[in-house]
Amino acid sequence: MQLTGGAVSRYNCRFSLNTPATMPSAISIQAVSKRFGQLQALDAISFNVEQGEFFALLGPNGAGKTTLITTMAGLTRADSGSVRIMGNDVVTQFREARRSLGVVPQELVFDPFLTVRETLRFQSGYFGLPRNDVWIDELLHKLGLADKADANMRALSGGMKRRVMVAQALVHRPPVIVLDEPTAGVDVELRQSLWEFVRELNAAGHTIILTTHYLEEAETLCSRIAMLKNGRLIALDNMDKLLAHSARREVALKLSAALPAELEALRLRQEEGRHILQLQDLGQLENVLSILRHRNITVRELNVIETDLESVFVKMMNGVTV
Amino acid sequence: MQGFLTLLKKELVRFWKVSFQTVAAPVLTALMYQLIFAHVMNSHGQVYPGVSYTAFLIPGLAMMSMAQNAFANSSSSLIQSKITGNIVFLLLPPLTATEFFGAYLIASIVRGLAVGAGVLLVTAGFGLPLPAHPLWMLTFAFLGSGVLGALGVIAGIWAEKFDQLAAFQNFLIMPLTFLSGVFYSINGLPPFWREASHLNPVFYMIDGFRYGFFGQADVHPALACAVVAASFLLLSSLALWLIKNGYKLRH
Repeated sequence: MQLTGGAVSRYNCRFSLNTPATMPSAISIQAVSKRFGQLQALDAISFNVEQGEFFALLGPNGAGKTTLITTMAGLTRADSGSVRIMGNDVVTQFREARRSLGVVPQELVFDPFLTVRETLRFQSGYFGLPRNDVWIDELLHKLGLADKADANMRALSGGMKRRVMVAQALVHRPPVIVLDEPTAGVDVELRQSLWEFVRELNAAGHTIILTTHYLEEAETLCSRIAMLKNGRLIALDNMDKLLAHSARREVALKLSAALPAELEALRLRQEEGRHILQLQDLGQLENVLSILRHRNITVRELNVIETDLESVFVKMMNGVTV
Repeated sequence: MQGFLTLLKKELVRFWKVSFQTVAAPVLTALMYQLIFAHVMNSHGQVYPGVSYTAFLIPGLAMMSMAQNAFANSSSSLIQSKITGNIVFLLLPPLTATEFFGAYLIASIVRGLAVGAGVLLVTAGFGLPLPAHPLWMLTFAFLGSGVLGALGVIAGIWAEKFDQLAAFQNFLIMPLTFLSGVFYSINGLPPFWREASHLNPVFYMIDGFRYGFFGQADVHPALACAVVAASFLLLSSLALWLIKNGYKLRH
C-alpha cells in the first residue's frame, strides 16, 4: 500500500481549524460507556469530530466501532456519557440530532414490499420532507440508480441495494454522514463512484465519518482518524501526524561489507542480504552514511521504507506505542 | 406530523398491496363460518327475542375478524421489519413514540374496519338488520380494532422470532376471540363459564358490537364500552411506554 501524496490532506481541516467557539462540533462524544452483559463494548470514549472533517473510525472486528456509530444514531443507548450531533443530545434532543445525521448501516437491509423510488420517498417523509423528488432524482442519478427507480428492492443485486441504502441516508440532506463499512462486499466500480460522491459531499461542507476494513480507503480519504480496540480509544490524530509519529523511519541498506558494530544497535532485522535499520528520523541517516564512509563500506542499495496506515494499525493493535 | 403521516401511509400500502391475503381471505373465512353454522344451527330458535341464530352470528363473526386482523396487521408488520432488519429505517428518523405507535395503531384499525365491512357485506344476506344503534356499532368497531391493534404492537415488539408471535396468536388471541360469545350467547353457558367470559375483554367488544345491530345484548353497552375503552388505554399506554424506552428496539 502506498501513500498517495497530497490526497491525504486534501479534504481537510478547513472547518476544524480556527473553528469559532459558537459553531458546535459535528459530533461530540463525552465519556461514553456501554456494556453488553460481560462485554465492555465502549469504555469511556471521548472525542469530537468538527464540522467539515473527513474522519475515519478504525479498529478490528469487535472493537466497538458499530456500537459507537449506533450510539450516535440513537439505536444504542449509552450506559453513561453523552453524544451530541451538531450540538444536539441524541437522547434528550433526538429529533434535532437525528435530522442532522445520515447513517448507512453495515447490514444490507431493505423493505421487500417497496420499489427503489418508494423506499426513498418514504424515507424522506419520515424525516418530514414529503415533496423531495428533485433531490431524490439527483441521488438516483449520482448513485447510478436512475434506471432502477421503479424496480422492486428484491430484484436488485447486493451492490445496488447498498447504493439505495446510501441514498436513504442522504435523502434528508444531513450535515453529518456516517458510513459503517459502506464498501464491504461492493465491486470496485461502485467503491470508486461512491467515494467520488462522498468527496463531493465533503467538499460541499458535509462532515463524513466512515469505518472501513480497507485501510487504503481511510488513508486516501480521511484527514483524521480514531482507532478503537476492545472498546477503548487507543489513537486519535491527524492522518499525516499519525503516519509521521509512527514512522521511526526504517531504512534498508545493502552494503559491500558487514554492518559496522556501532550500527548494530539500530538494526531491526536482516532480509535477503539487506540490513533494516530503524532511525529516529531521516536526519539520522547522514550519521549512518558517514560511519559507512569512514569504514570504506560502499552502499549498494538504499531504500527508505514508507510507513502506511496498515503498518501503524497493526502495530497499534499489537500494543506497540507509536 | 409529516413523519407520522408517511409511516401511516406506508403501513396502509403494506397491507393494501397484499389485500387478497389481508382482507379478502379473512372475509372468505368468515363467510364459510356463516354458511356452515347457519346451516347447522338454524333450527335452534331465537337467541334474543326476534333475533334468529343466523343473524345473531353475523356481528360476532365480523368483530372476531376485525380483532384478529387488527392484531395481525401491527404485529406482523413489526416482526417482519425486525427480522429483516429494515426497522432501522424507522428508528433513524426523528419519529416520536406517539407518531410511531399512532401510525401502526391506525393502520391496524383501518385493516380491521376493512375486513369488518367486508364480512358484513358478504353475510348481510343472511338476515342482518340495519344497525339499531349505529354509533354504538361504530364505537365498538373502532375501539375493538384499536385494542387488538395496540396488543399487536406490543406482541410485535416483544417477539423476536415468528414462532413466538405465532404462539401469542394461537394461544392468546385465538382463544380470546373464539371463547367470547361469537357463536353463542354467554347467558346460555353454565355459571362458571359465564363468569369466565366476563373476564375476556373480547366478549365486551362482541357484545357491544352486537348491541349496535339488535339493540339487545348480554351486558349493558355502557359497561361493555367502559371495559373495552379501559383495555384500549391500558394496552396503548404499555405500547407507548415500550416504544419510548426502546424495549427490544434500541439496545
